[in-house]
Amino acid sequence: MTTYIIRRLILALIVILIVTLIVFFVIRLLPGDPLIIFLGQQAQQGGITQEELEYLREEYGLNDPIMIQYLHWMGGIFRGDLGTSIYYHENVGVLMAERFPVTLHLGALALIFSNIFGIGLGMLAAIRHGKWIDTVSTVIAYIGVTIFTPWLGILMIYLFGLQLGWLPIAGYISPFDDFWLSAQKVVMPVICLGIGGLAGSARIMRSSMLEIIRQDYIRTAWSKGLRERTVILRHCLKNSLIPIVTLAGISVGIIFGGSVLIETVFAIPGLGRLLVTSIFAQDYVVIQSGTLVIAVIIILTNLLVDISYGWLDPRIRYG
Amino acid sequence: MVKERNLSEEFQEAPPRVSEWKRFWRVFFQRRIVIFGLVILAIFILTAIFADWLAPHDPYRGILKDSLQQPNSTYWLGTDIQGRDTLSRLIFGARTALAVGFITTGVAAFAGITLGLMAGYFGGIVNMVIMRIMDALMGFPLLLLALLLAAVLGSGIQNVIIALAVAMVPGYARVMHGLTLSIRENDYILAETAMGASASRTMLGHILPNALAPMIVLGTMQLGTLILAEAGLSFLGIGITPPGAAWGAMVNDGYRYLRSNPVLSFAPGLAIMIVVFAFQLVGDGLRDALDPRLRGLL
Repeated sequence: MTTYIIRRLILALIVILIVTLIVFFVIRLLPGDPLIIFLGQQAQQGGITQEELEYLREEYGLNDPIMIQYLHWMGGIFRGDLGTSIYYHENVGVLMAERFPVTLHLGALALIFSNIFGIGLGMLAAIRHGKWIDTVSTVIAYIGVTIFTPWLGILMIYLFGLQLGWLPIAGYISPFDDFWLSAQKVVMPVICLGIGGLAGSARIMRSSMLEIIRQDYIRTAWSKGLRERTVILRHCLKNSLIPIVTLAGISVGIIFGGSVLIETVFAIPGLGRLLVTSIFAQDYVVIQSGTLVIAVIIILTNLLVDISYGWLDPRIRYG
Repeated sequence: MVKERNLSEEFQEAPPRVSEWKRFWRVFFQRRIVIFGLVILAIFILTAIFADWLAPHDPYRGILKDSLQQPNSTYWLGTDIQGRDTLSRLIFGARTALAVGFITTGVAAFAGITLGLMAGYFGGIVNMVIMRIMDALMGFPLLLLALLLAAVLGSGIQNVIIALAVAMVPGYARVMHGLTLSIRENDYILAETAMGASASRTMLGHILPNALAPMIVLGTMQLGTLILAEAGLSFLGIGITPPGAAWGAMVNDGYRYLRSNPVLSFAPGLAIMIVVFAFQLVGDGLRDALDPRLRGLL
């Protein structure tokens, strides 16, 4: 097991290194010059001279050979310095520190929402196999994977925000500032972010539970005269949950990918919104550090999933 | 595999030979829900092909005095801010979705299958290099990677196709890699090698045909995902250049007039959902019909 973990860890590090290379060199291919956009801002304040432009190029290291720029960036990361945004004129670490908690807050809630409802729905569907609840669960699972989530957001904004007036239609506020308002504001974004994961867990939970329910030890549990609740929760649920763990890595990807769209719909100042703005502004530094952070989180989640899989299911032995 | 087989099984009577095609037809067309999906897809494809004849109005040039009309007898689904007919734009949007979906899947599947096949067959350093790069690409959320690439490549439908194709390649490569590894262990591959078949002959003549069925299922399932991803990109304003019609962009354009003209945003979103739903149904049907493990059960 230890050898397995070490091997996986080394592989993950190699993959992360490749990620940094991809991110860095792909972004250098962006057409245009980030300084031009910066100059657009400066022009309104009275223009900029050729010398100042050269100074800025030197300042942001845009004149260095590309390998030096890469090493410079990597060196910065190890010192905890993610670079300075050309567009926001601010340290990327500071920019991310403001926005990352927002995305994390919504993402964590979405993960909880999708798993609680997904597992519950999948479980009910399996227990009442072929009954109406099974049909409802299948339909919800289909909707979850096929719906265009920004559109779902817009539908909810129309219904709950504009028509019924139950929920605020956009924005974000930290739960530490105003818990009740924050809770109201996150409901719709969290549903949008979590619906895909919900569908996934419901589907996997249903098929996994259906398989477990036919096992011999479940029959034994029934014949011992245990109550339905004990059989389902103690004996079935625990074992059916294992495949759900594999889904966690995929769900984290869905949530981060979705945050790009959902934060745009609900005007939420999170990491997704920051990345979209930076891509349009060709702000190299923010894009490369932002995507790197997301990719590292996803790779590490998948690593944890792989390791915990072997730990949860003793039948799986790694050499 | 042979060693694990139960003794009792070996003496069982062989099941009657059924033509694979016949079984596929029977299982695939047996379920009404799959037929339903196929009908939707047929309508979608025909709409995209015959968009020029079907659209009641010009999808690109609007009549400004007819701006933001509610649905009426002339404009069945109303008009947008520029006075363009929503229904016509919806019909032309089907063309965009179809083109992006099918071309991207073709390109991504071709590249992914080639890479996965090579990695799985040759192993060693080839495997290491290809699969670690695929792992790295898998580390990005699909939409984020496509967004990044589309921004690098610039706007235009062909660049959206390239961006999405690159983002989809790792999925195909990974599945193909796994399939190659398991198919390679078969005795007939050993026999082929013993007879002196070249690597390319073994790969193209024996491994690829045996891996085709799962790849077709994957491709069908991915078509829906792709249409959603393309909608996501155009929703963010990347891809289609302005007069062009794309469903995702229409959802976003309509969002601004949600209070007065909700149909502008509702209609294209519904179109996306119906088409993706149909692909999902057909994909599930194909999977069940092509899955060798379900042979005899269905």
